[in-house]
Amino acid sequence: MKAKIIVTPKKAVLDPQGKTVQNALEQMGYKGIGAVHVGKYLEIDLPGADAEVWRSQIDGACHKILSNPVIEDYRFVIE
Amino acid sequence: MNFAVLQFPASNCDQDALHVVQNVLGLSGRFVWHKENSLAGIDAVIIPGGFSYGDYLRTGAIARFSPIMQAVREFAVKGGPVLGICNGFQILCEAGLLPGALIRNRSLQFRCEHVFLKTVTRQSPFTHTIPAGKILRLPIAHGEGCYFADDPTLEQLEKDDRILWQYADDNGKLTEAANPNGSLRNIAGICNEARNVAGLMPHPERASELILGSTDGRLIFEGLAGWLEGRLAKAA
Repeated sequence: MKAKIIVTPKKAVLDPQGKTVQNALEQMGYKGIGAVHVGKYLEIDLPGADAEVWRSQIDGACHKILSNPVIEDYRFVIE
Repeated sequence: MNFAVLQFPASNCDQDALHVVQNVLGLSGRFVWHKENSLAGIDAVIIPGGFSYGDYLRTGAIARFSPIMQAVREFAVKGGPVLGICNGFQILCEAGLLPGALIRNRSLQFRCEHVFLKTVTRQSPFTHTIPAGKILRLPIAHGEGCYFADDPTLEQLEKDDRILWQYADDNGKLTEAANPNGSLRNIAGICNEARNVAGLMPHPERASELILGSTDGRLIFEGLAGWLEGRLAKAA
């Protein structure tokens, strides 16, 4: 079982990396695309098969260290 | 008067900071390894620059959980002065001892150059001896120095007079060209509500002797030492 965590910059935060990737895509001919946001993907191996056992701990870890709530949002699944 | 300069894996300019304390100011100081958990006998804390823990996850994100940071938090709550420089500023923000965050420079480039700073307020241990109107010239060296906070936080910082330094041109004018990293409101350094914890991205310890091309950084350390003298005299 794994926790699969996605961390993305908050909407209001400047994301120069996303903007640069967007520009590159447009220059390559991918016309009509919208804003690009570059985030992070983390996987944590978890023992057992009961996702509920881990949910609040993973949520705590995301809030405390894996993301910074000032600048980032996160979401995760355990499967 | 006893200064601590914290050391994390991949700190840098820690030697420079202690050099300024001991050899430029003639005060006593020592390194404190991040695994230590006490600041007993320490009167001021400097968190130096660098790339603690390889900047993994986010700058300062892992360092803030080092054992010494709990001691820094307690030290700060009691009014002890803490100065975070560059990565030290990032660590203080991650630790929640300062508001906001430092994110990737808007240019995406690592910037290594001298900048000009306007001192916004002299109401802090770190700025009270900087002559009014003096523009500081200090070096920067960072890839993640863009100060970000949400609008209410920025408003609060301004209202409370807690923005200590802003990137400016050599006349003190806040321009976009003078802002090396895209920091909101050209913010280069701030302090906490109690004004005893401050962080800035530029490196005053690299500009405290003539041989290094600028002595402007020394004003910040001298100010802190002077303030500390008053604090210790009061406590005695």
